[in-house]
Amino acid sequence: MIPKPNIRPAWFVLLLLMAFILVFSLAKTSESNLDVRFKPDQDNPPKIAYTKVKNAKENENCFKCHGQSKYHYENAESKKIVTKRMYSEVIIKREDFYISNHREFKCTDCHSEDYNTFPHPGNLRMEAKANCIDCHGGDEKYAKFEFEKIDTAFMESVHSQKHSEDFTCWMCHNPHTYKINARTTENLKETITYDNLICLNCHGDITRYQLLTDKQRPNLINKHDWLPNQASHFTNVRCIECHARNEDTLIVAHHIVPKNLAVRKCESCHAKNSILYASLYKYQVQENIQKKGLLKGLILSETATIGPDQNNNLNLISFIIIGLTLFVITIHAFLRLQKNS
Amino acid sequence: MDNNTERLYLYPAWIRIWHMTNALFCLILIITGLSIQFSNPTLVVKFKTAVALHNIAGILLTCSYIVFFVGNLFTKNGAYYVIELKGFVLRLMTQFRYYTFGIFRNEHPPFPVTSEVKFNPLQQFSYVVLMYLLVPLSILSGFGLLYPNITVNSVMGASGLDLTDLLHLCAGFLITVFMCIHVYFCTIGKTPTSNFKSMIDGYHDSH
Repeated sequence: MIPKPNIRPAWFVLLLLMAFILVFSLAKTSESNLDVRFKPDQDNPPKIAYTKVKNAKENENCFKCHGQSKYHYENAESKKIVTKRMYSEVIIKREDFYISNHREFKCTDCHSEDYNTFPHPGNLRMEAKANCIDCHGGDEKYAKFEFEKIDTAFMESVHSQKHSEDFTCWMCHNPHTYKINARTTENLKETITYDNLICLNCHGDITRYQLLTDKQRPNLINKHDWLPNQASHFTNVRCIECHARNEDTLIVAHHIVPKNLAVRKCESCHAKNSILYASLYKYQVQENIQKKGLLKGLILSETATIGPDQNNNLNLISFIIIGLTLFVITIHAFLRLQKNS
Repeated sequence: MDNNTERLYLYPAWIRIWHMTNALFCLILIITGLSIQFSNPTLVVKFKTAVALHNIAGILLTCSYIVFFVGNLFTKNGAYYVIELKGFVLRLMTQFRYYTFGIFRNEHPPFPVTSEVKFNPLQQFSYVVLMYLLVPLSILSGFGLLYPNITVNSVMGASGLDLTDLLHLCAGFLITVFMCIHVYFCTIGKTPTSNFKSMIDGYHDSH
Protein backbone atom coordinates (compact mmCIF):
# COMPACT_ATOMS: atom_id res chain seq x y z
CA MET A 1 0.00 0.00 0.00
CA ILE A 2 1.10 3.53 -0.64
CA PRO A 3 1.78 5.17 2.72
CA LYS A 4 -0.99 7.52 3.70
CA PRO A 5 -0.01 10.95 2.38
CA ASN A 6 -0.52 12.72 5.68
CA ILE A 7 2.67 14.76 6.04
CA ARG A 8 4.05 15.30 2.58
CA PRO A 9 7.35 17.22 2.35
CA ALA A 10 5.59 19.79 0.19
CA TRP A 11 3.52 20.94 3.19
CA PHE A 12 6.69 21.45 5.22
CA VAL A 13 8.19 23.50 2.41
CA LEU A 14 5.00 25.53 2.12
CA LEU A 15 5.08 26.27 5.85
CA LEU A 16 8.78 27.17 5.71
CA LEU A 17 8.15 29.41 2.72
CA MET A 18 5.40 31.28 4.57
CA ALA A 19 7.65 31.67 7.61
CA PHE A 20 10.43 32.92 5.32
CA ILE A 21 8.14 35.48 3.67
CA LEU A 22 7.00 36.67 7.12
CA VAL A 23 10.56 37.07 8.44
CA PHE A 24 11.64 38.64 5.16
CA SER A 25 8.86 41.25 5.18
CA LEU A 26 9.63 42.09 8.82
CA ALA A 27 13.33 42.48 7.99
CA LYS A 28 12.53 44.64 4.95
CA THR A 29 10.18 46.83 7.00
CA SER A 30 12.77 47.49 9.68
CA GLU A 31 15.37 48.06 6.98
CA SER A 32 13.27 50.62 5.13
CA ASN A 33 12.70 52.41 8.44
CA LEU A 34 16.46 52.56 8.85
CA ASP A 35 16.93 53.87 5.33
CA VAL A 36 14.77 56.88 6.05
CA ARG A 37 17.35 58.12 8.54
CA PHE A 38 20.07 58.21 5.94
CA LYS A 39 18.13 59.72 3.07
CA PRO A 40 19.47 63.17 2.37
CA ASP A 41 16.55 65.54 2.74
CA GLN A 42 16.80 67.67 -0.39
CA ASP A 43 13.69 69.73 0.29
CA ASN A 44 14.44 70.53 3.90
CA PRO A 45 18.15 71.17 4.24
CA PRO A 46 19.40 71.41 7.82
CA LYS A 47 19.03 74.89 9.25
CA ILE A 48 22.42 76.43 9.93
CA ALA A 49 22.90 79.31 12.29
CA TYR A 50 24.80 81.26 9.63
CA THR A 51 25.53 84.21 11.86
CA LYS A 52 27.57 82.04 14.23
CA VAL A 53 29.99 81.00 11.49
CA LYS A 54 33.25 82.90 11.38
CA ASN A 55 33.23 85.79 8.83
CA ALA A 56 29.50 85.36 8.18
CA LYS A 57 28.83 89.01 8.93
CA GLU A 58 31.28 90.30 6.31
CA ASN A 59 30.17 87.67 3.82
CA GLU A 60 26.55 88.78 4.13
CA ASN A 61 27.54 91.88 2.13
CA CYS A 62 28.06 89.53 -0.82
CA PHE A 63 25.28 87.07 -0.03
CA LYS A 64 22.60 89.77 0.08
CA CYS A 65 22.95 89.93 -3.73
CA HIS A 66 24.62 86.62 -4.63
CA GLY A 67 22.64 84.46 -2.19
CA GLN A 68 19.49 84.29 -4.31
CA SER A 69 18.16 84.78 -7.81
CA LYS A 70 17.28 88.49 -7.41
CA TYR A 71 19.10 91.49 -6.02
CA HIS A 72 18.09 95.10 -5.36
CA TYR A 73 19.96 98.36 -5.50
CA GLU A 74 19.12 102.03 -5.49
CA ASN A 75 19.53 103.83 -8.80
CA ALA A 76 21.75 106.82 -8.00
CA GLU A 77 19.97 109.11 -10.50
CA SER A 78 16.30 108.14 -10.18
CA LYS A 79 16.64 107.19 -6.48
CA LYS A 80 14.38 104.22 -7.22
CA ILE A 81 14.95 100.70 -5.93
CA VAL A 82 15.77 98.52 -8.89
CA THR A 83 15.32 94.73 -8.86
CA LYS A 84 17.56 92.66 -11.15
CA ARG A 85 18.03 88.99 -11.79
CA MET A 86 21.31 87.42 -10.70
CA TYR A 87 23.12 85.20 -13.19
CA SER A 88 22.69 81.61 -12.10
CA GLU A 89 26.45 80.96 -12.38
CA VAL A 90 27.21 83.48 -9.64
CA ILE A 91 24.47 82.54 -7.19
CA ILE A 92 25.90 80.89 -4.07
CA LYS A 93 23.26 79.49 -1.73
CA ARG A 94 23.95 80.25 1.92
CA GLU A 95 22.72 76.81 3.03
CA ASP A 96 25.24 75.14 0.72
CA PHE A 97 28.16 77.45 1.52
CA TYR A 98 27.75 77.26 5.30
CA ILE A 99 27.97 73.47 5.36
CA SER A 100 30.86 73.39 2.87
CA ASN A 101 34.49 72.89 3.85
CA HIS A 102 35.33 76.53 3.06
CA ARG A 103 32.49 77.96 5.17
CA GLU A 104 34.78 79.96 7.45
CA PHE A 105 36.46 81.77 4.58
CA LYS A 106 35.84 85.39 3.80
CA CYS A 107 34.71 85.84 0.19
CA THR A 108 37.62 88.23 -0.25
CA ASP A 109 40.10 85.57 0.89
CA CYS A 110 39.84 84.21 -2.63
CA HIS A 111 38.23 87.11 -4.50
CA SER A 112 39.59 90.62 -4.91
CA GLU A 113 38.91 93.22 -2.19
CA ASP A 114 37.69 95.41 -5.03
CA TYR A 115 34.44 93.41 -5.01
CA ASN A 116 33.54 95.38 -1.91
CA THR A 117 32.58 98.27 -4.21
CA PHE A 118 29.30 98.26 -6.13
CA PRO A 119 28.88 98.28 -9.08
CA HIS A 120 31.89 95.94 -9.28
CA PRO A 121 34.75 97.27 -11.45
CA GLY A 122 34.68 95.71 -14.95
CA ASN A 123 38.27 94.48 -14.89
CA LEU A 124 37.36 92.03 -12.08
CA ARG A 125 35.80 89.82 -14.74
CA MET A 126 39.37 88.93 -15.72
CA GLU A 127 40.19 87.72 -12.20
CA ALA A 128 41.88 84.31 -12.25
CA LYS A 129 40.10 81.55 -10.34
CA ALA A 130 42.21 79.65 -7.84
CA ASN A 131 42.39 75.88 -8.25
CA CYS A 132 42.64 73.37 -5.39
CA ILE A 133 46.38 72.92 -5.75
CA ASP A 134 46.98 76.71 -5.58
CA CYS A 135 46.06 76.73 -1.90
CA HIS A 136 46.42 73.09 -0.85
CA GLY A 137 49.55 72.15 -2.78
CA GLY A 138 52.77 71.68 -0.80
CA ASP A 139 51.03 72.26 2.52
CA GLU A 140 51.92 69.78 5.29
CA LYS A 141 48.53 70.32 6.89
CA TYR A 142 46.79 68.87 3.85
CA ALA A 143 49.42 66.21 3.03
CA LYS A 144 47.03 63.35 3.90
CA PHE A 145 44.67 64.44 1.13
CA GLU A 146 47.50 64.01 -1.41
CA PHE A 147 46.57 66.97 -3.58
CA GLU A 148 49.78 66.60 -5.63
CA LYS A 149 48.88 63.02 -6.55
CA ILE A 150 45.33 64.08 -7.35
CA ASP A 151 46.69 66.88 -9.56
CA THR A 152 48.98 64.47 -11.45
CA ALA A 153 46.15 61.95 -11.93
CA PHE A 154 43.80 64.71 -13.08
CA MET A 155 46.35 66.05 -15.57
CA GLU A 156 46.52 62.57 -17.16
CA SER A 157 42.74 62.22 -17.20
CA VAL A 158 40.64 62.44 -20.34
CA HIS A 159 38.95 65.54 -18.89
CA SER A 160 42.20 67.47 -18.69
CA GLN A 161 43.76 66.01 -21.86
CA LYS A 162 40.72 66.72 -24.02
CA HIS A 163 39.68 70.08 -22.69
CA SER A 164 43.00 71.45 -21.52
CA GLU A 165 42.67 74.49 -19.28
CA ASP A 166 38.94 74.82 -19.83
CA PHE A 167 38.45 71.88 -17.53
CA THR A 168 39.43 72.94 -14.04
CA CYS A 169 38.88 71.44 -10.60
CA TRP A 170 35.82 73.70 -10.44
CA MET A 171 33.95 71.67 -13.05
CA CYS A 172 33.43 68.94 -10.43
CA HIS A 173 34.29 70.65 -7.16
CA ASN A 174 32.80 74.08 -6.72
CA PRO A 175 34.82 75.52 -3.81
CA HIS A 176 31.72 77.39 -2.57
CA THR A 177 29.81 74.18 -1.99
CA TYR A 178 32.46 71.46 -1.83
CA LYS A 179 32.05 69.22 1.19
CA ILE A 180 34.39 66.40 2.08
CA ASN A 181 32.35 63.23 1.95
CA ALA A 182 34.04 59.81 1.94
CA ARG A 183 36.02 60.59 5.08
CA THR A 184 33.14 61.93 7.11
CA THR A 185 30.33 59.45 6.50
CA GLU A 186 30.08 55.76 7.29
CA ASN A 187 27.21 55.40 4.87
CA LEU A 188 28.78 54.05 1.71
CA LYS A 189 25.63 54.58 -0.34
CA GLU A 190 25.61 58.28 0.52
CA THR A 191 29.20 58.60 -0.69
CA ILE A 192 28.38 56.72 -3.89
CA THR A 193 25.36 58.93 -4.62
CA TYR A 194 27.37 62.09 -3.82
CA ASP A 195 30.20 61.04 -6.13
CA ASN A 196 27.94 59.96 -8.98
CA LEU A 197 25.99 63.21 -8.83
CA ILE A 198 29.26 65.03 -9.57
CA CYS A 199 29.50 63.11 -12.88
CA LEU A 200 25.79 63.46 -13.65
CA ASN A 201 26.01 67.19 -13.05
CA CYS A 202 27.45 67.44 -16.58
CA HIS A 203 26.89 64.02 -18.14
CA GLY A 204 23.22 64.15 -17.19
CA ASP A 205 22.64 67.82 -18.03
CA ILE A 206 22.89 68.93 -21.66
CA THR A 207 23.40 72.61 -20.75
CA ARG A 208 26.44 71.93 -18.60
CA TYR A 209 27.66 69.13 -20.91
CA GLN A 210 27.78 71.50 -23.87
CA LEU A 211 29.84 74.06 -21.97
CA LEU A 212 32.89 72.17 -23.20
CA THR A 213 31.71 70.31 -26.29
CA ASP A 214 29.36 70.62 -29.25
CA LYS A 215 28.54 66.92 -29.10
CA GLN A 216 25.09 65.67 -28.18
CA ARG A 217 24.91 64.35 -24.67
CA PRO A 218 25.03 60.53 -24.81
CA ASN A 219 22.09 58.62 -23.39
CA LEU A 220 23.65 57.03 -20.32
CA ILE A 221 20.93 54.39 -19.99
CA ASN A 222 21.38 53.21 -23.60
CA LYS A 223 25.16 53.41 -23.42
CA HIS A 224 25.10 51.08 -20.41
CA ASP A 225 22.43 48.69 -21.70
CA TRP A 226 24.97 45.85 -21.76
CA LEU A 227 25.30 46.09 -18.00
CA PRO A 228 23.16 43.51 -16.14
CA ASN A 229 21.08 44.89 -13.26
CA GLN A 230 21.79 48.40 -14.49
CA ALA A 231 19.75 50.22 -11.83
CA SER A 232 21.48 48.35 -9.04
CA HIS A 233 24.93 49.03 -10.47
CA PHE A 234 24.12 52.73 -10.86
CA THR A 235 23.05 53.08 -7.24
CA ASN A 236 25.71 50.87 -5.68
CA VAL A 237 28.85 51.56 -7.68
CA ARG A 238 30.62 54.84 -8.34
CA CYS A 239 31.01 55.82 -12.03
CA ILE A 240 34.76 56.24 -11.44
CA GLU A 241 35.07 52.57 -10.42
CA CYS A 242 34.88 51.64 -14.12
CA HIS A 243 35.74 54.95 -15.75
CA ALA A 244 38.90 55.86 -13.85
CA ARG A 245 42.22 54.24 -13.20
CA ASN A 246 41.95 53.17 -9.58
CA GLU A 247 44.95 53.59 -7.38
CA ASP A 248 45.32 52.06 -3.96
CA THR A 249 46.52 55.25 -2.34
CA LEU A 250 43.81 57.62 -3.54
CA ILE A 251 40.32 57.40 -2.08
CA VAL A 252 38.86 59.11 -5.11
CA ALA A 253 40.48 58.28 -8.43
CA HIS A 254 40.95 61.37 -10.63
CA HIS A 255 42.53 59.71 -13.66
CA ILE A 256 39.36 59.39 -15.76
CA VAL A 257 40.11 57.17 -18.76
CA PRO A 258 38.69 57.39 -22.32
CA LYS A 259 35.44 55.47 -22.72
CA ASN A 260 37.09 52.65 -24.70
CA LEU A 261 39.27 51.89 -21.68
CA ALA A 262 36.37 51.72 -19.20
CA VAL A 263 35.97 48.43 -17.35
CA ARG A 264 33.51 46.07 -19.05
CA LYS A 265 34.59 42.71 -17.66
CA CYS A 266 32.41 41.40 -14.87
CA GLU A 267 35.23 39.59 -13.11
CA SER A 268 37.15 42.85 -12.69
CA CYS A 269 34.75 43.59 -9.87
CA HIS A 270 33.14 40.24 -9.14
CA ALA A 271 36.35 38.59 -8.04
CA LYS A 272 38.50 38.44 -4.97
CA ASN A 273 41.10 40.71 -6.55
CA SER A 274 38.37 43.13 -7.48
CA ILE A 275 39.20 46.70 -8.44
CA LEU A 276 36.61 47.57 -5.83
CA TYR A 277 39.17 46.65 -3.20
CA ALA A 278 41.19 49.67 -4.23
CA SER A 279 40.42 53.23 -3.15
CA LEU A 280 37.11 53.87 -1.40
CA TYR A 281 36.26 50.28 -0.47
CA LYS A 282 39.73 49.57 0.79
CA TYR A 283 39.56 52.75 2.84
CA GLN A 284 36.17 51.80 4.24
CA VAL A 285 37.38 48.31 5.19
CA GLN A 286 40.44 49.75 6.92
CA GLU A 287 38.26 52.24 8.76
CA ASN A 288 35.83 49.47 9.72
CA ILE A 289 38.63 47.31 11.11
CA GLN A 290 39.94 50.22 13.16
CA LYS A 291 36.52 51.13 14.48
CA LYS A 292 34.83 47.74 14.86
CA GLY A 293 37.68 45.25 15.14
CA LEU A 294 38.75 42.51 12.74
CA LEU A 295 35.69 40.25 13.03
CA LYS A 296 32.96 42.86 12.59
CA GLY A 297 34.99 45.22 10.49
CA LEU A 298 36.32 42.83 7.89
CA ILE A 299 34.71 39.42 8.06
CA LEU A 300 31.20 40.70 8.67
CA SER A 301 31.73 43.90 6.75
CA GLU A 302 29.09 45.06 4.28
CA THR A 303 31.69 46.65 2.08
CA ALA A 304 34.06 43.74 1.66
CA THR A 305 32.74 42.10 -1.48
CA ILE A 306 30.16 42.61 -4.16
CA GLY A 307 29.74 38.89 -4.69
CA PRO A 308 31.72 35.85 -3.66
CA ASP A 309 31.79 34.79 -7.31
CA GLN A 310 35.13 33.55 -8.45
CA ASN A 311 36.17 32.76 -4.93
CA ASN A 312 39.25 30.65 -5.58
CA ASN A 313 38.73 28.37 -2.57
CA LEU A 314 35.11 27.69 -3.49
CA ASN A 315 36.13 27.01 -7.07
CA LEU A 316 38.78 24.54 -5.93
CA ILE A 317 36.37 22.71 -3.61
CA SER A 318 33.74 22.49 -6.34
CA PHE A 319 36.24 21.17 -8.90
CA ILE A 320 37.42 18.53 -6.41
CA ILE A 321 33.85 17.41 -5.63
CA ILE A 322 32.80 17.23 -9.29
CA GLY A 323 36.09 15.49 -10.15
CA LEU A 324 35.62 12.90 -7.40
CA THR A 325 32.00 12.31 -8.44
CA LEU A 326 32.96 11.69 -12.06
CA PHE A 327 35.88 9.50 -10.93
CA VAL A 328 33.65 7.29 -8.76
CA ILE A 329 31.04 7.07 -11.56
CA THR A 330 33.73 6.00 -14.05
CA ILE A 331 35.08 3.31 -11.69
CA HIS A 332 31.53 2.07 -10.97
CA ALA A 333 30.68 1.93 -14.69
CA PHE A 334 33.95 0.18 -15.44
CA LEU A 335 33.31 -2.50 -12.77
CA ARG A 336 29.76 -3.05 -14.09
CA LEU A 337 31.07 -3.52 -17.60
CA GLN A 338 33.71 -5.94 -16.33
CA LYS A 339 31.03 -7.96 -14.50
CA ASN A 340 28.72 -8.09 -17.54
CA SER A 341 31.48 -9.18 -19.89
CA MET B 1 8.16 -9.80 -23.96
CA ASP B 2 10.59 -11.39 -21.56
CA ASN B 3 8.89 -13.58 -18.97
CA ASN B 4 10.99 -12.07 -16.17
CA THR B 5 9.94 -8.58 -17.12
CA GLU B 6 7.04 -6.95 -15.42
CA ARG B 7 5.84 -3.73 -16.98
CA LEU B 8 4.54 -1.20 -14.49
CA TYR B 9 2.85 2.05 -15.56
CA LEU B 10 4.60 4.26 -13.00
CA TYR B 11 4.98 7.61 -14.71
CA PRO B 12 1.74 9.32 -15.77
CA ALA B 13 1.90 11.87 -18.59
CA TRP B 14 2.07 14.96 -16.35
CA ILE B 15 5.04 13.53 -14.46
CA ARG B 16 6.86 12.75 -17.71
CA ILE B 17 6.20 16.19 -19.19
CA TRP B 18 7.22 17.86 -15.93
CA HIS B 19 10.37 15.71 -15.67
CA MET B 20 11.43 16.50 -19.25
CA THR B 21 10.89 20.25 -18.92
CA ASN B 22 12.59 20.20 -15.53
CA ALA B 23 15.59 18.36 -16.97
CA LEU B 24 15.80 20.69 -19.95
CA PHE B 25 15.62 23.88 -17.87
CA CYS B 26 18.11 22.50 -15.32
CA LEU B 27 20.54 21.73 -18.13
CA ILE B 28 20.17 25.22 -19.63
CA LEU B 29 20.55 26.75 -16.17
CA ILE B 30 23.72 24.76 -15.44
CA ILE B 31 25.38 25.63 -18.77
CA THR B 32 24.41 29.31 -18.68
CA GLY B 33 25.15 29.46 -14.94
CA LEU B 34 28.69 28.27 -15.59
CA SER B 35 29.03 30.85 -18.38
CA ILE B 36 27.95 33.62 -16.00
CA GLN B 37 30.10 32.38 -13.13
CA PHE B 38 33.22 32.17 -15.28
CA SER B 39 32.23 35.18 -17.38
CA ASN B 40 34.75 34.55 -20.07
CA PRO B 41 34.12 35.70 -23.63
CA THR B 42 35.66 32.51 -25.04
CA LEU B 43 33.01 30.25 -23.50
CA VAL B 44 30.34 28.68 -25.74
CA VAL B 45 27.54 30.96 -24.57
CA LYS B 46 28.19 34.71 -24.68
CA PHE B 47 27.75 36.49 -21.37
CA LYS B 48 24.79 38.60 -22.45
CA THR B 49 23.01 35.61 -24.04
CA ALA B 50 23.85 33.48 -21.00
CA VAL B 51 22.28 36.02 -18.62
CA ALA B 52 19.10 36.30 -20.73
CA LEU B 53 18.79 32.52 -21.13
CA HIS B 54 19.52 31.93 -17.43
CA ASN B 55 16.81 34.39 -16.39
CA ILE B 56 14.22 32.96 -18.78
CA ALA B 57 15.04 29.33 -17.95
CA GLY B 58 14.95 30.21 -14.23
CA ILE B 59 11.45 31.68 -14.51
CA LEU B 60 10.24 28.71 -16.59
CA LEU B 61 11.79 26.27 -14.09
CA THR B 62 9.88 28.07 -11.35
CA CYS B 63 6.62 27.51 -13.28
CA SER B 64 7.54 23.87 -13.80
CA TYR B 65 8.38 23.54 -10.09
CA ILE B 66 4.98 24.95 -9.15
CA VAL B 67 3.34 22.22 -11.32
CA PHE B 68 5.42 19.57 -9.50
CA PHE B 69 4.75 21.10 -6.08
CA VAL B 70 0.99 21.39 -6.51
CA GLY B 71 0.83 17.99 -8.25
CA ASN B 72 2.63 16.38 -5.33
CA LEU B 73 0.32 18.02 -2.82
CA PHE B 74 -2.85 16.77 -4.42
CA THR B 75 -2.07 13.57 -6.35
CA LYS B 76 -0.87 10.20 -5.09
CA ASN B 77 2.57 10.94 -6.55
CA GLY B 78 3.32 13.04 -3.45
CA ALA B 79 3.13 9.93 -1.28
CA TYR B 80 6.30 8.55 -2.85
CA TYR B 81 8.21 11.44 -1.29
CA VAL B 82 7.04 10.75 2.26
CA ILE B 83 9.96 9.33 4.19
CA GLU B 84 9.16 6.71 6.83
CA LEU B 85 11.73 7.79 9.39
CA LYS B 86 11.72 4.53 11.41
CA GLY B 87 14.64 2.42 10.20
CA PHE B 88 15.37 4.82 7.35
CA VAL B 89 19.12 5.07 8.00
CA LEU B 90 19.37 1.26 7.95
CA ARG B 91 17.46 1.11 4.65
CA LEU B 92 19.75 3.82 3.25
CA MET B 93 22.81 1.79 4.26
CA THR B 94 21.31 -1.38 2.73
CA GLN B 95 20.75 0.38 -0.58
CA PHE B 96 24.23 1.97 -0.43
CA ARG B 97 25.76 -1.45 0.22
CA TYR B 98 23.88 -2.84 -2.78
CA TYR B 99 25.24 -0.13 -5.10
CA THR B 100 28.81 -0.53 -3.81
CA PHE B 101 29.01 -4.35 -3.49
CA GLY B 102 25.78 -6.25 -4.19
CA ILE B 103 25.38 -5.00 -7.74
CA PHE B 104 28.72 -6.58 -8.69
CA ARG B 105 27.72 -9.93 -7.11
CA ASN B 106 24.45 -10.24 -9.04
CA GLU B 107 22.42 -9.71 -5.85
CA HIS B 108 18.79 -8.68 -6.24
CA PRO B 109 18.00 -5.04 -5.50
CA PRO B 110 16.99 -4.81 -1.81
CA PHE B 111 14.08 -2.50 -2.63
CA PRO B 112 12.66 -3.50 -6.01
CA VAL B 113 10.38 -1.04 -7.78
CA THR B 114 6.68 -1.67 -7.22
CA SER B 115 3.62 0.46 -7.82
CA GLU B 116 3.60 1.19 -4.07
CA VAL B 117 7.30 2.02 -3.68
CA LYS B 118 8.62 3.82 -6.73
CA PHE B 119 11.89 4.98 -5.20
CA ASN B 120 14.54 3.08 -3.30
CA PRO B 121 15.63 4.77 -0.01
CA LEU B 122 18.64 6.52 -1.60
CA GLN B 123 16.48 7.83 -4.43
CA GLN B 124 13.80 8.94 -2.00
CA PHE B 125 16.30 10.78 0.18
CA SER B 126 18.10 12.48 -2.69
CA TYR B 127 14.87 13.45 -4.48
CA VAL B 128 13.40 14.96 -1.30
CA VAL B 129 16.60 16.94 -0.61
CA LEU B 130 16.71 18.03 -4.24
CA MET B 131 13.08 18.93 -4.82
CA TYR B 132 12.19 20.25 -1.38
CA LEU B 133 15.44 21.91 -0.36
CA LEU B 134 17.92 22.60 -3.16
CA VAL B 135 15.51 23.56 -5.97
CA PRO B 136 13.37 25.91 -3.80
CA LEU B 137 16.58 27.41 -2.40
CA SER B 138 18.00 28.03 -5.85
CA ILE B 139 14.68 29.51 -7.03
CA LEU B 140 14.34 31.86 -4.05
CA SER B 141 17.98 32.95 -4.15
CA GLY B 142 17.74 33.25 -7.94
CA PHE B 143 14.87 35.71 -7.64
CA GLY B 144 16.82 37.53 -4.94
CA LEU B 145 19.63 38.03 -7.45
CA LEU B 146 17.33 38.79 -10.36
CA TYR B 147 15.68 41.55 -8.34
CA PRO B 148 18.49 42.64 -5.99
CA ASN B 149 16.32 45.41 -4.58
CA ILE B 150 14.08 42.84 -2.88
CA THR B 151 17.08 41.24 -1.16
CA VAL B 152 17.64 42.19 2.46
CA ASN B 153 20.64 44.52 2.58
CA SER B 154 22.36 42.89 5.49
CA VAL B 155 21.99 39.72 7.51
CA MET B 156 23.70 39.92 10.90
CA GLY B 157 26.21 42.38 9.50
CA ALA B 158 27.01 40.43 6.33
CA SER B 159 25.83 41.58 2.93
CA GLY B 160 22.45 40.03 2.08
CA LEU B 161 23.34 39.96 -1.61
CA ASP B 162 26.59 38.11 -0.90
CA LEU B 163 24.77 35.47 1.13
CA THR B 164 22.06 35.11 -1.50
CA ASP B 165 24.74 34.71 -4.15
CA LEU B 166 26.59 32.12 -2.06
CA LEU B 167 23.37 30.15 -1.45
CA HIS B 168 22.53 30.26 -5.16
CA LEU B 169 26.00 29.03 -6.12
CA CYS B 170 25.98 26.21 -3.56
CA ALA B 171 22.45 25.07 -4.44
CA GLY B 172 23.22 25.24 -8.17
CA PHE B 173 26.45 23.32 -7.67
CA LEU B 174 24.79 20.54 -5.66
CA ILE B 175 22.03 20.26 -8.28
CA THR B 176 24.79 19.84 -10.91
CA VAL B 177 26.40 17.05 -8.84
CA PHE B 178 22.97 15.43 -8.48
CA MET B 179 22.41 15.61 -12.26
CA CYS B 180 25.69 13.76 -12.93
CA ILE B 181 24.87 10.99 -10.45
CA HIS B 182 21.20 10.84 -11.50
CA VAL B 183 21.97 10.38 -15.20
CA TYR B 184 24.54 7.67 -14.41
CA PHE B 185 22.24 5.78 -12.05
CA CYS B 186 19.53 5.81 -14.72
CA THR B 187 21.75 3.46 -16.69
CA ILE B 188 21.27 0.89 -13.90
CA GLY B 189 18.06 -0.61 -15.19
CA LYS B 190 17.00 -3.76 -17.03
CA THR B 191 19.16 -2.45 -19.86
CA PRO B 192 21.30 0.74 -19.77
CA THR B 193 18.59 2.60 -21.73
CA SER B 194 15.40 1.12 -20.27
CA ASN B 195 15.04 3.76 -17.54
CA PHE B 196 15.38 6.54 -20.12
CA LYS B 197 12.64 4.87 -22.21
CA SER B 198 10.43 4.74 -19.09
CA MET B 199 10.45 8.51 -19.00
CA ILE B 200 9.13 8.55 -22.55
CA ASP B 201 6.42 5.85 -22.49
CA GLY B 202 5.71 5.82 -18.74
CA TYR B 203 6.31 2.08 -18.23
CA HIS B 204 8.98 0.78 -15.89
CA ASP B 205 10.66 -2.50 -16.78
CA SER B 206 11.48 -4.46 -13.63
CA HIS B 207 14.39 -6.82 -13.68
